[in-house]
Amino acid sequence: MLTISNISCVRGHKPLFTPLSFSLQAGQALHLEGDNGVGKTSLLRIICGLSPADSGEVLWNGHALTRQHPEVVEAFRATLCYMGHNLSLKEDLTPIENLLFEAQVAGRSLSHEKGMDALRKMGLNSRAHLPLRVLSQGQKRRTALARLSVTAAKLWVLDEPFVALDAHSLDNLRALLANHVQQGGMLLFTSHQAVELLQTNGHAIEVQPIRLVAA
Amino acid sequence: MIWQAFWAVAQRDLLLAWRRKSEGLSAVFFFVVVAALFPLGIGPEMNVLRNIAPGVLWVGALLSSMLALQRLFEADYRDGTLEQMALSPVAMPLLVGAKMLAHWLVSGLPLVLLAPVLGLQFDLSGDALVTLTLALLLGTPILSLVGGVGAALTLGVRGGGVLLSLLVLPLFVPVLVFGAGAVEAQVSGLGVQAHLSILMAMLLPAVFFGPLASAFALRIALE
Repeated sequence: MLTISNISCVRGHKPLFTPLSFSLQAGQALHLEGDNGVGKTSLLRIICGLSPADSGEVLWNGHALTRQHPEVVEAFRATLCYMGHNLSLKEDLTPIENLLFEAQVAGRSLSHEKGMDALRKMGLNSRAHLPLRVLSQGQKRRTALARLSVTAAKLWVLDEPFVALDAHSLDNLRALLANHVQQGGMLLFTSHQAVELLQTNGHAIEVQPIRLVAA
Repeated sequence: MIWQAFWAVAQRDLLLAWRRKSEGLSAVFFFVVVAALFPLGIGPEMNVLRNIAPGVLWVGALLSSMLALQRLFEADYRDGTLEQMALSPVAMPLLVGAKMLAHWLVSGLPLVLLAPVLGLQFDLSGDALVTLTLALLLGTPILSLVGGVGAALTLGVRGGGVLLSLLVLPLFVPVLVFGAGAVEAQVSGLGVQAHLSILMAMLLPAVFFGPLASAFALRIALE
């Protein structure tokens, strides 16, 4: 279980949002809402451990994620998949190379077939061996989403995952997220779109909103 | 899992360098041009060329490695790959070490291999060429490792290129002194073992502390 306890974030001597607490359990999806600049991305980065919090703490299965507990941090990272504004893809590599290298860097093994299968599901099978720089922005995002579908991570933290996708890719993504939650995964994402339900195979997964309020 | 991630990062950087050959080749080309212009400018006086050869070749190698240093973490920082490295369950210093290894293979090893050929223009003897190659083989990894710390510290800083030079060049001075000194000692008929031993003594802590310090600086840059 992921627990956020009284987290606050200060930028330029000004607190971004009022201290926030919530928890995320297996099989649960949370939608982080808030106006532009309220600190949604900053909060996600704090949760992942990329930025320090100015107060409060992040707990994983009841243990604080701090440098004093490296074993907890390591276990947390092994279960985490973060997708930020930058897609972490290399323009000079092909989509399949990006998937394979990324999996290895994250300490996982991924077969070529499984990678190709993930790209096929995202409609990228004919683009799998082209350099990423010749693909459109939407196709690049679909490559990043294909990476999500092959990760074994339990906790998905996604920053604006619905941006720059066409209707078909949006449906694919919603089904992917719903499947993940249905199988006991944890999902935390930001979006400016209203997302109340995620649907897959006729099942509806309820998404709970978390509202960030400017301080 | 750890070594799989290490080799994956190194392989990826080598593949990227292969696909963007112009970036890697520019540093090597710079080294070749600098080393080739000196004999043309100074003239065919063999004694003078022999005397200046160690310094010229080492300064050329040092400056050309500086050219490639700025790009060491920049692309990864821009496209978000660095964030994924920081979030990997594999220790970040190890992944940074893999990047440094790839950087040396692309920008340092070609200098080591080219140096004996360029040394011929300076009328260096066979023994001096061997010493030059050995000294560069020990010295250029130090440039990548120590320079990597500077590149990490100046990542995302406006005017980082100038700052990187100011930060790193003073740290390169001992490598330059003992690297060039080894070749000078060989040319003068003195023993080179002391110089090479000192270079080795600098390399070993750099291998250990370079990736550690760089990873620490990169985490600060990401914050």
